[in-house]
Amino acid sequence: MRRYFNVKNRAILREMVATDFKVRYQGSVLGYFWAILKPLFMFAVLYILFTYIAPIGKDVPHYGVGLLLGIVLWNFFSETTMIGASSVVAHGDLIRKISIPRYLVVISSSVSALINLGLSLIVVFIFTLINGITPNWSWLLLIPIILQLYALSLGMAFILATAYVKFRDITYIWEVLLQAGFYASAIIVPMKSVPIELRDWFFMNPIVQIVQDARNALVPHETNITIWNTIDNPIIRLIPLIMIVIICVVGFVYFKRRSKYFAEDI
Amino acid sequence: MAENKEIAISIKDIHKEFILPQNKSNSLKQLAVNMVRRNNKTVQKVLDGVSFDVEKGDFFGIVGRNGSGKSTLLKLIAGVYSPTEGAIGVNGGLTPFIELGVGFNTELSGHDNVYLNGALLGFSRKQMDAMYDEIVEFAELGPYMDQKLKNYSSGMQVRLAFSIAIKSKNDILLFDEVLAVGDEAFQRKCLDVFEQYKAEGQTVVLVTHDMETVRKFCTRAVLINDGKILKIGHPHEVANTYSELNLVEIERDMENKNVKVSDSALGLNIIYRNTENTKTSAYKCGDTMKVAIDYEKKIDFQNLVINVYKLSGEHITGFRVPVESGKLEVEIKTYFARGKYYSLVQAIDSEDRAVGGVVLGPEFIITTDRPTDRPGWSGLVPVEYKIVKY
Repeated sequence: MRRYFNVKNRAILREMVATDFKVRYQGSVLGYFWAILKPLFMFAVLYILFTYIAPIGKDVPHYGVGLLLGIVLWNFFSETTMIGASSVVAHGDLIRKISIPRYLVVISSSVSALINLGLSLIVVFIFTLINGITPNWSWLLLIPIILQLYALSLGMAFILATAYVKFRDITYIWEVLLQAGFYASAIIVPMKSVPIELRDWFFMNPIVQIVQDARNALVPHETNITIWNTIDNPIIRLIPLIMIVIICVVGFVYFKRRSKYFAEDI
Repeated sequence: MAENKEIAISIKDIHKEFILPQNKSNSLKQLAVNMVRRNNKTVQKVLDGVSFDVEKGDFFGIVGRNGSGKSTLLKLIAGVYSPTEGAIGVNGGLTPFIELGVGFNTELSGHDNVYLNGALLGFSRKQMDAMYDEIVEFAELGPYMDQKLKNYSSGMQVRLAFSIAIKSKNDILLFDEVLAVGDEAFQRKCLDVFEQYKAEGQTVVLVTHDMETVRKFCTRAVLINDGKILKIGHPHEVANTYSELNLVEIERDMENKNVKVSDSALGLNIIYRNTENTKTSAYKCGDTMKVAIDYEKKIDFQNLVINVYKLSGEHITGFRVPVESGKLEVEIKTYFARGKYYSLVQAIDSEDRAVGGVVLGPEFIITTDRPTDRPGWSGLVPVEYKIVKY
């Protein structure tokens, strides 16, 4: 790890993230507020839709808080993987002309998304407090949960970024998959509405496990449905975690092997 | 001659192949097509067994024609490409300048861009803090550093980028044709820095087309041709071989275009004489050179076009003269920089078409840098010529 994040690489990472931060909302009046406003608007639309018009979240305690948290976490996953996927090609000029470690390009885009996530989480906490939930020690559990999400997103971003250099269809395919994934990951539909016999399958999706754990950490309640109180088999319980480890390893190895040829393949 | 010198870059039997882009799978459809017919890859050998060492303190020139593989070699040294075969060892820190201002973002201020570019080139923030003032001073952009780069003129942007390059301190510096920027005064400054590098014994690797630079600064040079080393060693010898190579290539080009050189239907003969009417090919800058052309006029033409080229292929001047009898003499004031030149003569008929092929005149040499009659000459005087007789 030391070798990967030495003084030089840290300087590169800091400058790239700072550049992204400064440039992204250049010239817009609200500037960085958009990073927070975007998920908030989306939340408002979905909240109104699913509590008043098609009230699937009506008898779920604190459905709104869970929905907002789900959207924020999902946005992080989708942003990291989408921007990460095109990051190598987007920084083609750097890759073709200097020999910076290639992985920094992907990591810098993920750090930018991480900053967005941090800002959005502040809004989530405020919204949670407004909902009358008192701060709880279980909130600290959000740290390892988000780390897990970060590892999944980064591993996926490495796979996509590498593939995208050669096959430019990848981002379109991934965009479609993300759209489907949003509905399949129990972000909107509460776990309660998922038929019991299907729940085991739902939890094989690491995002579902992560989002449900995060919701349970933010608003602990015995009626919350998590992988830990749904699946009894201790090995099957670990499948989402094992999947994340596999995605990360595959991502890093694939990226490392192909990154030697990025400069000529882009 | 220097056994105990330390090696800065060692290049051992480097091969580099590229898979040509028409077979690259940019989309799934292409991928499917390419998977079906697997073995139609076109492999282009760019470097084919290149080995040499650059020693500490060398000012090392890499020269070669376009497409010879010299830029690929530089990118391999810089670590941008990986060799297909062979090994490259770099001893010490290396900063490459394959392009100036890599990563520059026009939405950022000049100040931020210096730090961004510096970080990308491998300098820590501390090192950049130490270099910053010098960079700004060299670029002469002090008052503008807080302005966004998009408000800079292109000249200012180049100056800033070049200043970062030239003020960067590292064990080994790599430059790719970067000298061709800025106005004359700025170029002068850059050359001064190169001189300073040479005096300090800074290790520099430079890719260039300009043989003057090679002769002036390099301590050693290598000529790459068709992916192989054609000559390595003393910069003057390498530069001469490069110039000869160019002439051969120009002749071959013309033959390929079905233009006959020397032995054309024109029956032309070209001779250079000095003012004393002695046949010679060496002139001082600004001397009068008499170009005597006699021709048989086997075919009909109205004009002759005389072009002068530098041996590197660069066009210097050209003019058209009407013809009548079988003899023509033109006096040229040779306000050319020091170097080797040659002339090409072509016949033009009454309908403005080139006829009868091209005749390659003999080579001539300009031996001095400045003309004797114009001490303040800067190379911008138009070439003067006079038709002496038809």
